[in-house]
Amino acid sequence: MTEPGIHSVTGPPSSQSRHSQSQAGEAQPAVVLQGVSKLFGRFAALHDLTATLTRGRLYVLLGENGAGKTTLLRIIAGLASATRGAVQVLGSTELRANGARIGYMGHATLLYDELSARENLQYFCGLYFGRSTTNIDQLLDAVGLGKVDPKRRIGQYSQGMRQRLALARALLSSPDLLLLDEPFSNVDARSIAAMALLLGQVRDRGATVIAITHQAEALAAVADEWITLHAGTIVERRTAKDAAPGDGRAHL
Amino acid sequence: MSLARVVALHLRKDMRLEWRSKDSVNSMLFFALLVVVVFAFAFDPLAEESRRIAGGIGWVALLFATVVALNQSWTRELRNGVLDALRLAPAPPNALFLGKVLANFIFVAAIEVLITPVFVVFYNLRIVGSAPQLVVVAALGTWALVVNGTFFSALSIRTRNRELMLPLVLFPISLPALLAMVVATSNILTGESSPGDWIKLLAVYDVVFTTVSLLLFEAVLSAE
Repeated sequence: MTEPGIHSVTGPPSSQSRHSQSQAGEAQPAVVLQGVSKLFGRFAALHDLTATLTRGRLYVLLGENGAGKTTLLRIIAGLASATRGAVQVLGSTELRANGARIGYMGHATLLYDELSARENLQYFCGLYFGRSTTNIDQLLDAVGLGKVDPKRRIGQYSQGMRQRLALARALLSSPDLLLLDEPFSNVDARSIAAMALLLGQVRDRGATVIAITHQAEALAAVADEWITLHAGTIVERRTAKDAAPGDGRAHL
Repeated sequence: MSLARVVALHLRKDMRLEWRSKDSVNSMLFFALLVVVVFAFAFDPLAEESRRIAGGIGWVALLFATVVALNQSWTRELRNGVLDALRLAPAPPNALFLGKVLANFIFVAAIEVLITPVFVVFYNLRIVGSAPQLVVVAALGTWALVVNGTFFSALSIRTRNRELMLPLVLFPISLPALLAMVVATSNILTGESSPGDWIKLLAVYDVVFTTVSLLLFEAVLSAE
């Protein structure tokens, strides 16, 4: 356990991520936050937050509602700006330039209800690559939607199916940084296990994954580090090595 | 990635969404028909009179109908937070704007095509000889309404009363274009004077506001 406002990652990476880290470059951080604060009027959603997140690791952000997790994720994604402090993501402070290298899954699905899964993915593929012929079939299979009627519009999907498709959309550009806000909400236990496995594979490929969840146990097998936020600041960082099995739950 | 290709991608998507939901076209058509019919019964104009006022009534009906459609056009992007995904995508933001403008232009033009016969019948108009000039005014006028409307609709997207905000901002800034459209249309229908200067004014208005909107759209899209 370490103090709030930590600069460096504590402890060694998990055995799962060691291989990928050496490939991605040891010292290169994915995210560097220096004294980041975010004010909404007089309310500070984030308060003087400083942290470094290493590449090729899977981080789980924990904390009660209103702790500042979503705000932090949106700032890292470049969807919101910090009121104070400096943010560097994938080596760049120009966050807009990182769009193609970041996969973002928000509270909402970020998809059109009137389109089918394939139409949605083809559209976003076009925006990312200027064509619609990448790994759409593989992605749909990976999130367990490969056998769904291709003409079915996602407005007719269950909430869990939409969540899985939202993950597929976030993975579309094979991002170097994957940001997930409550990816498991309304998803059944079997699909959660499959999604967690997929996130582990994404991390093993060298990408950095930051996931907000209230179901930390779902990621216990693949997470490298748990970061707990309270009132807009980091109050605890705990590596997979530090935590006893299932210990992450105690800090939710 | 070429701008034209991304514009086409957005346009195709918007057309497909509208084809499946018919949110904009239905409400526009209903609204425009309502205004045209109500005005026809309210005034009961003579043939000569109707040629003079038809331009004004037609464009006012379309202006209100366009606002209804424009309010819908960005709501789709907000519904499931898709706007966040569009902001993160590496595609040029102006392509999103142009795609939306083109889609809205096609929707409004479709309404104009559908409503013109009703308009001609209710107001006793003869437009056969003047059709080419009317098409030019309609195209330039519709572009003026749509380009401004799409821009200000994006600007008011995060305001609480965005459905009220859009007409409040759009109408005053569209007044020069509206004036040009109405006078040019009336001149064409009555044949009293040439609409040339008004058409030129419309063209200049379109170029200026399209350029300004394209320059400012990225800032509007990135706003929190």
